[in-house]
Amino acid sequence: MYPALSIVFFTTASGAGLALLLVLGLGAPLGLLPQSQSFGFVALAIAVLLTAGGLVSSVFHLGRPERAWRAFSQWRSSWLSREGVFSVLTFVPASIFSIGWVFFGTTDGFVGLCGILAAALAAATIYCTGMIYASLRPIHQWHNPWVVPNYFVLGLMSGFIVLDFLVRLWDLHAPGLALIVLVLLLAAWQLKTAYWRYIDTTSAPSTVRSATSLGSRGRVRMLESPHTEENYLLKEMGFKIARKHRMRLRRIARLAAFAVPAVLTLLSLIFGGVIGAIAAGLAVASAALGVVVERWLFFAEAKHTVMLYYGAEAV
Amino acid sequence: MTSLPEARPGQKKLGLVIDLDICVGCHACATACKEWNASGHMGPLPDFNPYGNDAWGLWFNRVHSFEEGEGEGARTIHFPKSCLHCEEPACVTVCPTGASYKRAEDGIVLVNESICIGCKLCSWACPYGAREFDADEGVMKKCTLCIDRIYNEHLSPEDRQPACVMVCPVSARHFGDLNDPRSEVSEMVVQRGGGDLMPELGYKPVNKYLPPRAHRMAPIASAAGIAPAPPDDAPPSGDRLLRWVDRLLSR
Repeated sequence: MYPALSIVFFTTASGAGLALLLVLGLGAPLGLLPQSQSFGFVALAIAVLLTAGGLVSSVFHLGRPERAWRAFSQWRSSWLSREGVFSVLTFVPASIFSIGWVFFGTTDGFVGLCGILAAALAAATIYCTGMIYASLRPIHQWHNPWVVPNYFVLGLMSGFIVLDFLVRLWDLHAPGLALIVLVLLLAAWQLKTAYWRYIDTTSAPSTVRSATSLGSRGRVRMLESPHTEENYLLKEMGFKIARKHRMRLRRIARLAAFAVPAVLTLLSLIFGGVIGAIAAGLAVASAALGVVVERWLFFAEAKHTVMLYYGAEAV
Repeated sequence: MTSLPEARPGQKKLGLVIDLDICVGCHACATACKEWNASGHMGPLPDFNPYGNDAWGLWFNRVHSFEEGEGEGARTIHFPKSCLHCEEPACVTVCPTGASYKRAEDGIVLVNESICIGCKLCSWACPYGAREFDADEGVMKKCTLCIDRIYNEHLSPEDRQPACVMVCPVSARHFGDLNDPRSEVSEMVVQRGGGDLMPELGYKPVNKYLPPRAHRMAPIASAAGIAPAPPDDAPPSGDRLLRWVDRLLSR
């Protein structure tokens, strides 16, 4: 599948932003996070900007962006519509929670309740994002049980890494935060590895034989394409990435998204103070790069059954 | 509404039956489709950079060619493909705006271009590649089963058929109601053992493909290069006239 940068950016940015909102909305009312108003302001602003920035970026992917509002109507059947509805709904309690925390310095009572509600809606939005891909039967690399957990844990991982950096920047006391980051990094590494193993060792139930209903006389192969030039289907669904490059990009993703942030988080845990804050900041940068590469690969490695009509024997 | 219409008994299921045995791969169906639909219900069908390098454009029907088997036992099969108007079209249910819909009265899958946002998700959800994006208008387009022909009272009744069916010089394409077991197309599917494309995905395509007939072919050479014994109903060898009569009768 063609990795459109607007969607790669959307899913990574909104994933991190929503996860950050989830952690803030849940952590602050339960007293697990520092209550500083300036910290609350910056942390919530980053969460909202990442989420909204991603959503705006996704609108640029549309052929008719001015009609984007219509996407809220079909939540009964469409995961994309549900994602849109939940992402906008999230902003309602998130706004009340933010105003309460930043301007009135409270995260208890009704404000806290709104925080918890925002966290639940943010989680639902991330789940919908994963389901958009996981529900597409023609794409084996997406239609599998590893996709939703990966979206969820990679989002949480990104959100927690940003939070850890902010907490260190404010030099606040948040015990156990770095440990949670390390646990999430390990979990994300494991899940991504399991996903890659799954797509490497299995292939789609559909083959060129089932796609053409031919094969009674032996191997089926394409003789002639319908046309000599490209078409929309080949541009959108026919993206190919060489095995050599795939493997190199996977190594980059592993290193930048999981290994380097883990080492930096350990450093920040050991040293603390200024060095700790710098290390945590570098962890954010590295994870951002790594997750973008990972998400780019998620598209680039996905193969669509339509390619069975254009020379592929399996997808 | 992108939820599927409720199934009702006796509801029409309009679709195509495509005979892979006799398609000669002339691409007339693809051309006639382009010609009619360029100014039809879902027109225009733009071409981009048509006279330069990297020309590309929208087609609702394309003819692929495949080869099956090896050596003398191999054969070429021309394979026209357009929207299969599935009974379980995920292209409809994934649509976030309600632009994609399946008609309750005849099962035709259509796009309402005036509310399509061009998110392309429907084209990802279609396993068959039936949907194509119009980069000029920023909306998705697809085969309409020539809805502007089949119900067109300005055309004489015999012309109320999809353009691809009308034009086929060898009658490899047939149009009809696949829900009616007594329709010509349904009987054809039963007689010839017509089948679905990618049935394992559960989209339940309405269009059916009739397999190439076996008896026209040279027998498949075995691994040792020796042809297996001909089956009992194989055409008589020797007399050419007899062989011809046999072919004629076993159609």
